[in-house]
Amino acid sequence: MSAGRAQAFWLRNLTAKIAAIPMILTSLVIFIGCSIWTVVYSFTSSRSLPVTDFVGFRQYERLFGAHRWSLAVENIAIYGVLTLVFALTVGFILAALLDQKIRFESIFRTIFLYPYAMSFIVTGVVWQWMFNPGLGIQHFVRQLGFENFTFDLISNRNTVIYAIAIAGIWQITGFAMVLMLAGLRAVDDQIWKASRVDGIPAWKTYVMIIIPMMRGVFVTSLVIIAAGIVKLYDLVVAMTNGGPGFASDVPAMYVYNWLFERANLGHAMAASTMMLLTVLIIMVPWFYMEYGRKNKN
Amino acid sequence: MNSIEIRDLVLRFGKTTVLQDLDLDIEQGEFLVLLGSSGCGKSTLLNCIAGLLEVSEGQIFINGRNVTWEEPKDRGIGMVFQSYALYPQMTVKGNLSFGLKNAGASKEEIEKRIKNASQMLQIENLLQRKPAELSGGQRQRVAIGRALVRDADVFLFDEPLSNLDAKLRTELRVELKQLHKRLQNTMIYVTHDQIEAMTLADRIAIMKNGFIQQLDSPATIYNRPKNKFVAGFIGSPAMNFLEGTLDCTGEPHFVVGEAKIPLAGYEFSQNLEGKTQSSFGIRPEHIVYGEEAQKAPFNAKVTVDVFEPMGSDTQVWAHVEGQNFRFRIDGRDKIANGDEMLIGFDPACASIFHGETEERI
Amino acid sequence: MKNEPKGPRPRKAFSPGRIMLYSILVVAAIYYALPLYIMIVTSLKGMPEIRMGNIFAPPVEVTFAPWVKAWDSACTGLYCEGLKVGFWNSVKITVPSVIVSIAVASVNGYALVNWKFKGSEFFFAVLIFGSFIPYQVMLYPLVIITRELGIFGSLWAVIFVHTIFGMPLLTLIFRNYFAALPEELFKAARVDGAGFWGIYWKVLVPMATPIFVVAVILQVTGIWNDFLFGIVFAGQPNFPMTVQLNNIVNTTQGIKEYNVNMAATMLTAMVPLVIYFVSGRFFVRGIAAGAVKG
Ligand SMILES: Nc1ncnc2c1ncn2[C@@H]1O[C@H](COP(=O)(O)OP(=O)(O)OP(=O)(O)O)[C@@H](O)[C@H]1O
Ligand SMILES: [Mg+2]
Repeated sequence: MSAGRAQAFWLRNLTAKIAAIPMILTSLVIFIGCSIWTVVYSFTSSRSLPVTDFVGFRQYERLFGAHRWSLAVENIAIYGVLTLVFALTVGFILAALLDQKIRFESIFRTIFLYPYAMSFIVTGVVWQWMFNPGLGIQHFVRQLGFENFTFDLISNRNTVIYAIAIAGIWQITGFAMVLMLAGLRAVDDQIWKASRVDGIPAWKTYVMIIIPMMRGVFVTSLVIIAAGIVKLYDLVVAMTNGGPGFASDVPAMYVYNWLFERANLGHAMAASTMMLLTVLIIMVPWFYMEYGRKNKN
Repeated sequence: MNSIEIRDLVLRFGKTTVLQDLDLDIEQGEFLVLLGSSGCGKSTLLNCIAGLLEVSEGQIFINGRNVTWEEPKDRGIGMVFQSYALYPQMTVKGNLSFGLKNAGASKEEIEKRIKNASQMLQIENLLQRKPAELSGGQRQRVAIGRALVRDADVFLFDEPLSNLDAKLRTELRVELKQLHKRLQNTMIYVTHDQIEAMTLADRIAIMKNGFIQQLDSPATIYNRPKNKFVAGFIGSPAMNFLEGTLDCTGEPHFVVGEAKIPLAGYEFSQNLEGKTQSSFGIRPEHIVYGEEAQKAPFNAKVTVDVFEPMGSDTQVWAHVEGQNFRFRIDGRDKIANGDEMLIGFDPACASIFHGETEERI
Repeated sequence: MKNEPKGPRPRKAFSPGRIMLYSILVVAAIYYALPLYIMIVTSLKGMPEIRMGNIFAPPVEVTFAPWVKAWDSACTGLYCEGLKVGFWNSVKITVPSVIVSIAVASVNGYALVNWKFKGSEFFFAVLIFGSFIPYQVMLYPLVIITRELGIFGSLWAVIFVHTIFGMPLLTLIFRNYFAALPEELFKAARVDGAGFWGIYWKVLVPMATPIFVVAVILQVTGIWNDFLFGIVFAGQPNFPMTVQLNNIVNTTQGIKEYNVNMAATMLTAMVPLVIYFVSGRFFVRGIAAGAVKG
């Protein structure tokens, strides 16, 4: 290749590189750079403005000592486990039911999925209204004659997180169902034929053959939903704004609060670093599995 | 007693009819091949026999028992699929035993059958592996094993070899033939590979658009195809057809343009008189050339249009009376475009088809 | 012979299994549809009826006053201008954000597939990984960056942030789509002398209409539904609809007007819901496209 052509080639590729600058900047400056910035400043005593006065693990000590933070962590753990378990199992069951050559399948699918199209704020506001002790579901059941019926999750400190979980699960299940349905449809129908010839009942085929085959779909759904759970913020804002007291606080809200309302950057950064750490613990093994293996092959 | 009887079978998907009034009798121990082009309803027929599809009309008997309404597992069948359809998360042993366990067979019985089947298929050393760790040929052996352990009366195969490469296909084909010899079970085998059909089958059923066109031994199908479709479908390269007129006014002969082909020795299937518009079919491999052609009952001079050397032999394209024509010569013979050649054939090996009905005459 | 099994197996119109199947589905469907139903009926009742009746009861007297009030004069703290301001802010945020983010991401996907350069896959991996990092981790640094760029508290900041956080998923689906196109198309255009942009505009964009539709739907719903970036970056006058909705509903002043709240909620949910009901197929495809990694 002559020098001129080599240069022309290089120049043409240059356009591509220039076009990719937004991506390069985003990945380096925002995703890597900002994360590192946050981690670094979590070791400082920054208050309303970032300062480089390093104080070691002081912020973390305070964080782990804070009752509010442990409440937030406990809440997100409860919410996370409930959401994952219910979204995945109910999502799979609904998908399996819809896969039985149902009439009006698309109507059912549309109904199960529409919550996912709405904002968490909308979901939160609606469920807040339904949980309203004075006029909501509790009121309705009492009107039916069950005077002592209580369904007052939302204003009780011990149960408020379950109210939020109910709303969150309601919104996300359709998403899980769609992924599961796609997974079920991707199963070779000769597998089904083989199991019928073998005389395996349908439920057993699901449990012993189909679900193990769909491991990948389950893992992917789990990772995507889990990543969403860590970000949980809007729903809590709309439903309870963290209340009563701090009873429904979650890490994302905690960080927001210390960033913008209490102006204690160092502390907020320590909290967000903990969030980052959690995500890394979930993500790195999965990422390694998905991409590491593929690159080897 | 027939192993399988199918009476007036109709199968519709919604409004489209895939199988129409199909009747089929298969003898005990017979190896029947269903052959036809893609979409003609072979798999559909096989699935009906297996009970995986519910028939729209008609009846199916297996070993004299009416199984039309029975579940696949109760029909005494084993089935092997094109994509193997092994249960991917189970070991080979798990795959073989799953159906048996589910049917409540005893541990010893399961062990015994697995041992038997795996010996027969030479997969004993693979029993602890997962399907993903097997080659295509091994997978298909396991799939056959899964049918084998069911101790079925009838085996159904839906294109079991078409996912394998050519070499493995040949190997497994021979193994299947040996297996059939040993087991003496009835087998129904779907394929669209005519070599497989010719080599494996006791009888071949040629299908088109949901109808069985001809059901006969491979030799009969090859030598005396019932209609023009079967004639063109079987054989590679395909049969030559010369359009012309069959003249039975005197000594029967076939007229193509200027040429007259005498039909001494041709076995007529129909008694026709007068002249009939028809096609004269002759297989490329039945055409002789050179000295032999001079001795043949009919011969003609042709000009070579194109030739395709294939190693062992060379395919030559020429034309007779303006119609395209193909034959094979020895690969060692020298040939050039535009060469004149004398070719000939024996009309006794030919097939003549009616111009309108396309039935054999 | 008459009773001999023949033809299809006789079946009761509804076997117990099928009845159970449909019952479960119907119950589940009612559960999932209920909140939408309650939203609509509450928004059509007057306050007295709400206090007297129950939330499941359909309105006795249908009134659209709550809708008018929610749109025109509901109060968010000090201001009583209704949701219309938020609606137009959301439009002003969504339209440019969708255009910019899709433009950038489609070029990314194209470069990743057809103009691989050293490290391009690395940047992509970081991008995908980045999509799982909680926003809170990058929130404050982004505030600093937008402040330094002089756009903090303006529509530009929100557009900027949406472009960044929309990039991973969009790049992924464009990359996968372009990778599935035959490479010969690209090579032929290159032999014809087309350059980077020529190929992009003349070959890829015309072929990628369906994936652009998917991307638009994904982004419109995603950005319309966003709350966090709106409240942090847009600045008070530019608050999107979700933020205003939250302010209206959760304002501590005055008596609660649940019918107005629900009307406001319906108004906020309207745009994504209409998109979803009209183009559900593309919506589902967007979900599936986002879930298939690699
Ligand atoms: N579930 C179905 N619904 C509607 N039509 C179908 C269905 N299954 C098959 N068909 C149609 O029935 C016809 C026969 O299909 P079948 O699978 O039996 O073909 P085949 O002979 O096995 O072809 P191949 O060699 O490609 O496997 C085809 O035209 C096909 O389109
Ligand atoms: Mg088939």
